[in-house]
Amino acid sequence: MTDAPPIITATNVIKQFGRFAALRGVSTEFGAGKFYAILGDNGAGKTTLLRIIAGLARPTGGCVSVLGMSPRDACREIGYMAHASLLYDEMSGMENLRYFARLYGIDDDKHGDQAIRMVALDPTLSRPVGQYSQGMRQRMSLARAILHDPKILLLDEPFSNVDAQSAREMVTLLTRMRDAGKTILLVTHQASLLEGAANKFVRMGAGQVVECTNSLSAAGTL
Amino acid sequence: MHKQSFGGGDAMSLLSSTTRGTITRATLTKDIRLEWRSKDALNSMLFFSLLVVVIFSLSFDPLAEESRRIAGGLVWVAFLFAAVVALNQTWARELRNQVLDAYRVSPAPPNALFMAKALGNFFIVSLLEALMTPLFIIFYNLRALGPAWQLIPIGLLGTWALVVNGTFFAAISLRTRSRELMLPLLLFPISIPAVLGMVAGTTAILTGENSAHFWIVLLLTYDVVFTTACLALFEKVLEAE
Repeated sequence: MTDAPPIITATNVIKQFGRFAALRGVSTEFGAGKFYAILGDNGAGKTTLLRIIAGLARPTGGCVSVLGMSPRDACREIGYMAHASLLYDEMSGMENLRYFARLYGIDDDKHGDQAIRMVALDPTLSRPVGQYSQGMRQRMSLARAILHDPKILLLDEPFSNVDAQSAREMVTLLTRMRDAGKTILLVTHQASLLEGAANKFVRMGAGQVVECTNSLSAAGTL
Repeated sequence: MHKQSFGGGDAMSLLSSTTRGTITRATLTKDIRLEWRSKDALNSMLFFSLLVVVIFSLSFDPLAEESRRIAGGLVWVAFLFAAVVALNQTWARELRNQVLDAYRVSPAPPNALFMAKALGNFFIVSLLEALMTPLFIIFYNLRALGPAWQLIPIGLLGTWALVVNGTFFAAISLRTRSRELMLPLLLFPISIPAVLGMVAGTTAILTGENSAHFWIVLLLTYDVVFTTACLALFEKVLEAE
């Protein structure tokens, strides 16, 4: 699936939730420094695959290797953005990032300040995150994911409830990050936003990788 | 910065105590700040304890001697039920917006999170006890006939016994459908030895008839055993899907 050296390898990954098989033997590789758009209908297994790569879920069968390690051992090099914001609503953006920075052993505010500026928000904004608009919350969530400067970004529906302009700005930012050498796996239903930005389009269906193409039209989702 | 994860045993052992301390302190500060802003747990606990004090004082009219015999039980049962209110809130905040996942994907050790939560609960429940104890003394006309200073170790050790198990079982019941019901069902049976120690120790000091030494040692042993067990098992609880 990749011409770049693989940074993430999934080998025959199976994930069962009771009798329901969310992933049915996914085997794939993701190359370093590439931008992957993961597409597919609801229930295709996109989020489950992302959660397993992030180390949040354990596969029922098979294995995932990130940078040659288990996902848990590679957690310092993974930035994860989920459907939910993963932020405390009662704290300001900077307070949130200050706390999450401590979890990565970062003691200064410089990283948080930089991450907030990268997503085009104001680090001095003292309003609690709960009072942010949905778009601002998504961008702050992205700031949290990039806070510790990870090599790999796992983004689950980052454009949901975001207006078109903000979504395009996020794509521009992600493209810059890809150019800076980061590997990006982005799950989305808004594939057209990524045309010209993503290097590969991975289409999933019924818990399996159906195809991986270089363009959106070839992925058959237009 | 360490290149190890929070998941593996080797990685855990490599994390310096300074890092653990920093994360525990940061999480504790964050929790206290959030509680200070919302006052969710403190308000409910205070209201509940106040109701218990007033209702029981109106229901009974005990003599001073009778008060000394029953006060230990009343005080600790009131604090136990009030603590459950706080303990139920402990993890609820981490479920909103799935913030717990942000902790789980980080290299921060699970023990640091558990310790911060337990210390935060200890602080809140101790604050409640400090506010409510004078009211109990006034309403029940209490005066200790034994060495009153021993109430301090009993209070501290007893409170820790409640919160350490409560924090652990609140985490276990986190993903259950009726978690507010599950917590007391899990917590109360396992807290029986500690509650017995708290009540009997307090009664011994108030009446001055027996020494509370045995109960203090019992509480200390209970705390050491359950704190160790909770710290050892918490990683499994946090990783549960």
